[in-house]
Amino acid sequence: MRIGERRLIAGRLTAVAASAAMLAACATTGPASPADPFEPWNRGMYEVHQVVDGHIVKPAVQAYVDYTPKPIQQTIRNFFGNIDDLVSAITGLMSGKMELAGHDLGRVIINTLFGIGGLIDVASDGGIPKGDWDFGLAFGTWGFPQGPYLFVPLLGPTTVRDGTGLVVRAYTGPVGYLPDVPTRNILYGIGAVDLRAEALQSESVIDQAALDRYTFIRRAYLQRRQYLLYEGKVPPEKEDQQ
Amino acid sequence: MSMAIRAGLAALAAALAFSVHAQEAPDALVKRVSQDVLETIKSDPKIQSGDQARIREVMESKLAPNFDFERMTALAMGRNWRQATPEQQKRLTSEFKTLLVRTYSGALTQYRDQKIDYKPLRADPNANDVIVRTEVIRQGQPPVQIDYGMEKKDGAWKAYDVVVGGVSLVTNYRDEFSEQVRGGGIDGLIKTLATKNGGGAK
Repeated sequence: MRIGERRLIAGRLTAVAASAAMLAACATTGPASPADPFEPWNRGMYEVHQVVDGHIVKPAVQAYVDYTPKPIQQTIRNFFGNIDDLVSAITGLMSGKMELAGHDLGRVIINTLFGIGGLIDVASDGGIPKGDWDFGLAFGTWGFPQGPYLFVPLLGPTTVRDGTGLVVRAYTGPVGYLPDVPTRNILYGIGAVDLRAEALQSESVIDQAALDRYTFIRRAYLQRRQYLLYEGKVPPEKEDQQ
Repeated sequence: MSMAIRAGLAALAAALAFSVHAQEAPDALVKRVSQDVLETIKSDPKIQSGDQARIREVMESKLAPNFDFERMTALAMGRNWRQATPEQQKRLTSEFKTLLVRTYSGALTQYRDQKIDYKPLRADPNANDVIVRTEVIRQGQPPVQIDYGMEKKDGAWKAYDVVVGGVSLVTNYRDEFSEQVRGGGIDGLIKTLATKNGGGAK
């Protein structure tokens, strides 16, 4: 359930949407959750997302999962995972996480050289752990708070801090340096499909568990990011927090 | 106390105990119950063919007795728990239990030969509140951490929280519960839970 950085495939569009969201939502009133001051706006965006995702994105991704041979799906996942590892190494370094950065850099070198440019994840077979670090987490280690929660259509749950991280990633990611625009866009597209496919499994569980999917996802996203930031050692939460 | 003496005492205690399980260490309990449930899922033809009712039956009989649902409900309610009457608390607990059991059942149907790595327990032997850590190893995917918050009550260990990849399945409900209470009071929450569970609230 990696809440991934590759969602920025839609990032260039959504960066604009995010800033628009913040401006518009300033006008609304009565936030119930301190983490989500723009809740009315976010809920609207969530509804938009549900329609687009439910009618177009999800059926397409489901078809991809059902009809693409598994080894090909795995190869695609490995290819983008290799890019993620590079980002994880860089952002890990930015956060002063030397061991994590070292592992990820090692993974990138090994998988790129011996895994046909990242198509095969040799490093995982060799037991080198994946760091899964990103810009949002790096900003977190520098002391930046999450800031308001944002729900962005196609992109999903994020926050001002994590969203900023995604925008930075979108402008610095290696795919962006490809000179050929169609190739680049195809890669973005495949990356987005792969990422959405990863989330399909947890979805039926959320449907079963949630009283209100919007709130459930928000809480889960924020908890998960906190957990990643503190690498599993989250300072205990107050029993009553309202 | 040396390990040998402690082991000897533990063996003695186990022999004297009313029930062996009452003396079982929390990590051993998690391991035994998970393996039992996963074995059942793998070997039961009805479950393999996707029989939800049978899965729930297994969950009820094997898993549920090891959870402290009242504590889970109180945790999910936060400060609203104390606003509820004993009768309301009872109904909340029963509805929340149903919801949790169904959610787990649904999650377990996705179980496909994944291996579980049980981490050694790092806690004071006299502790009454521990975290048991496990990791689900998936082929070609990053592992998922599942931690169980466990408390010793009347000599037996019971789980009061399940944290999957940093997301607590109990406290994750806190926002939703307080939202419901704000909207329709505690009875409103009970009604929503009952409707979600398909019981139809009265």
